[in-house]
Amino acid sequence: MAATGAPTGLTQGSRTKGGIGESTLRPDGTLKVTGEFAYSSDMWHEDMLWGQILRSTVAHAEIVSIDTSEALALPGVYAVMTYDDLPTEVRHYGLEIQDTPVLAHGKVRHHGEPVAIVAADHPETARRAAARIKVEYRELPVITDEASATAPDAILVHDNRTDHHIGHVPHPNIVHRQPIVRGDVEQAARRADVIVRGEYHFGMQDQAFLGPESGLAVPEEDGGVHLYIATQWLHSDLRQMAPVLGLPEEKVRMTLSGVGGAFGGREDLSMQIHACLLALRTGKPVKIVYNRFESFFGHVHRHPAKLLYEHGATRDGRLTHVKCRIVLDGGAYASASPAVVGNASSLGVGPYVVDDVDIEAVALYTNNPPCGAMRGFGAVQACFAYEAQMDKVARELGMDPVEFRQLNAMEQGTLMPTGQPVDSPAPVAELLRRVKAMPMPPERQWESSEGADVRQLPGGLSNTTHGEGVVRGVGYAVGIKNVGFSEGFDDYSTARVRMEAVGGEPVATVHTAMAEVGQGGVTVHAQIARTELGVARVTIHPADTRVGSAGSTSASRQTYVTGGAVKNACELVREKVLEIGRRKFGSYHPAWANAELLLESGKVVTDGGEALADLVDVLGDEAVEVEAEWRHRPTEPFDLRTGQGNGHVQYSFAAHRAVVEVDTELGLVKVVELACAQDVGKALNPLSVVGQIQGGTTQGLGIAVMEEIVVDPVTAKVKNPSFTDYLIPTILDTPTIPVDVLELADDHAPYGLRGIGEAPTLSSTPAVLAAIRDATGLELNRTPVRPEHLTGTA
Amino acid sequence: MRVSFTVNGRPQQADDVWEGESLLYVLRERLGLPGSKNACEQGECGSCTVRLDGVPVCSCLVAAGQAEGSEVITVEGLAEYARQRSGDALPGAADGAGPHTGEGAGLAPVQQAFIDAGAVQCGFCTPGLLVAADEMLERNPDPSDADIREALSGNLCRCTGYEKIMDAVRLAAARQAEGA
Repeated sequence: MAATGAPTGLTQGSRTKGGIGESTLRPDGTLKVTGEFAYSSDMWHEDMLWGQILRSTVAHAEIVSIDTSEALALPGVYAVMTYDDLPTEVRHYGLEIQDTPVLAHGKVRHHGEPVAIVAADHPETARRAAARIKVEYRELPVITDEASATAPDAILVHDNRTDHHIGHVPHPNIVHRQPIVRGDVEQAARRADVIVRGEYHFGMQDQAFLGPESGLAVPEEDGGVHLYIATQWLHSDLRQMAPVLGLPEEKVRMTLSGVGGAFGGREDLSMQIHACLLALRTGKPVKIVYNRFESFFGHVHRHPAKLLYEHGATRDGRLTHVKCRIVLDGGAYASASPAVVGNASSLGVGPYVVDDVDIEAVALYTNNPPCGAMRGFGAVQACFAYEAQMDKVARELGMDPVEFRQLNAMEQGTLMPTGQPVDSPAPVAELLRRVKAMPMPPERQWESSEGADVRQLPGGLSNTTHGEGVVRGVGYAVGIKNVGFSEGFDDYSTARVRMEAVGGEPVATVHTAMAEVGQGGVTVHAQIARTELGVARVTIHPADTRVGSAGSTSASRQTYVTGGAVKNACELVREKVLEIGRRKFGSYHPAWANAELLLESGKVVTDGGEALADLVDVLGDEAVEVEAEWRHRPTEPFDLRTGQGNGHVQYSFAAHRAVVEVDTELGLVKVVELACAQDVGKALNPLSVVGQIQGGTTQGLGIAVMEEIVVDPVTAKVKNPSFTDYLIPTILDTPTIPVDVLELADDHAPYGLRGIGEAPTLSSTPAVLAAIRDATGLELNRTPVRPEHLTGTA
Repeated sequence: MRVSFTVNGRPQQADDVWEGESLLYVLRERLGLPGSKNACEQGECGSCTVRLDGVPVCSCLVAAGQAEGSEVITVEGLAEYARQRSGDALPGAADGAGPHTGEGAGLAPVQQAFIDAGAVQCGFCTPGLLVAADEMLERNPDPSDADIREALSGNLCRCTGYEKIMDAVRLAAARQAEGA
């Protein structure tokens, strides 16, 4: 019997057909509003079992013993597995460094680390069984920051490292270090009329995607397993899973289930291997669904950071130099830390012209929760700090903060700190101009004819003020984010496109392994196929591992890279279709041989618009199918000593203006408006583009005033793993977000597009912080800002 | 234990229910209605919102036994519920419309508005928001922006920044007013 909830193809209907540039509607929209769209947690199979993970209750300890006998004795329990039950010698995994145990072995390195797994016939039985497993820990001192990580007697979080970073890091508790040195900062500092220094702290943010980690593993007759899963990259999961399971990759079949958001938190494996292990052990389908508490332990978070900056400028407002040191806490396992270091360092001065820089970024191994990918990926932390610095320098110079930024704004041709030229439009000054020119929300916007509407005031329905003590502030920020995987990574995607005549109509089918996580890739792929192939009907095949890798739905890259792969495959299909046309009809019209031919509205047409044949007649009974990989321009690693190198593919820019109102007596903040201007190169789907910008902006607002995973500095235990205590913005916390979209084509990219998903998450946070500083006059060197930071009671 | 209640107008019965099971669990895992979502299972996110005898509740916080004899409306029944409320048929399937096309076939006005306004991204919050928004529009057909925000403040969305959700609810209210 098949699994209930397996995905089916999506075919966009005729009312919303449209090519690129149109706001066509999502093909999965109806399924999602009727509740029929099956997410990974909705999967169901007759006779399925429920998996449960037992996690460590301490952050750093030796495991003295594990006793599973009482758990196994519980009726309804089918299997309990620990490290000793793993089927092969491959017992660790990881995105780049294979340092993460599938189940803890001898030691746990962070609070919530998986220790044992259980399969039972009811989720409550599985939970109770897990609770009956007796684990004896001998606690070890915890490493929680740079000082404890690099102390002379520090315990090594990982003994005997063999990864490729160990040779160049100053201490084994440092995952990776990237310096970037250009020009001569000491000499440049002598030209500075003002020098501004600051130390900044960035809290640990959670992706807080709403669909919890979940999936269904179904054992198959050939000894393999089929996993229905919510992930960001099917093939990356497969590569890490198969060796642990002891199966060849072709016996581990992966199908993408509905994904309830991701934001980086699904780049690493969560329950994938555990569900497959239990399914293979019991011979039964196994479903695992985290609850929210477990989800806070089940994925990596955004790196908290300490950032030290020095900026210098001449009296006429030109930056002379930037020195900075960025310390990212990577937690217990490496995850994406090395790449986050690469981003934080290479993007560390922001979208400005600075010829003399001395930058260093490191990621630590500690016993804090593991940190890795989250929307903005290293660039977010840096932007928070360098934008605070830009405001400080402007204030020292007595200049307007926007004018000061515009004076130093990079443009096309500017060299990055890495020496890489920015070789496509970089409208930094223009974005600032646009966002500043937007109309301001009215003063005292809470006043109505019936008096103050407390819902519009800081404190809201708590009714804490009717306007007394409320001060408005305005702040600006701009940021730079790389698009795509950098530093020499072979960042390709694969698309399979098929074209055939069905029922008297030409139809295209697009099959990729791209993870649709909500961003709207499925919409855009159909638009690309319509534009390139001139068909109305396009079916999007479910994503699975029967087609080549699409790479990750990360780094703002999917529309660029998998969109590029779909475009490329469509072009190859078009060539084949035209070959068939020439063979069949070439003798009837000379244009077949000597004109530029296009596919439009179901016909082969010349570039002059003359129709030569119907696609249905050209295709006849033939189906044309192409599967091809596509790559963007190659990048290169950053030099390990100087940080020089053409490491990035493309850059993305956004600017924000935040308007806040602060109840200065109670320290409550109401963000009144967050306006954004962003260059998107080419908006393939304008409705989706604006949705991405508004969503990214709101996650930045969350970091500014609400969101932080609080880790106890003494025990390294997580104190707030719930939506009761970890607050993400509600519709009451989120203001109107007017968006101004600029479209300056990047000639290197398909259709001139620019990856857009992350840039708005960068500048949103520092703009809100700047606005709060403007309202209160306070320094505010950490984020998120809490009431006690504004009332002096921290 | 056995639990019997009405879901979307149809009598339903679940056997062998463990006393600790929530209404959400019974809907999703025993009655084959996974439309109500399980984002937090602690009453903070609203993704599991259903109407229990007309009142919007977090079904994760309702013990299944508490629903005994009640009338439950879930997202799966929202279109039919809206159809009965309006007293006439909703727009039928247009050319090319269907469940796999992103185009409405007999949807509730608020469902269609969510699609049209771009209020759906990952969609995990959508079922709960739709049930909550539909209930608000039933009570308050001409809501101010502040009314909409207040009514939907118990429903978390992580993708959209809520702007398109605001657009969708305004659109549904406007269409409802036109049709009235």
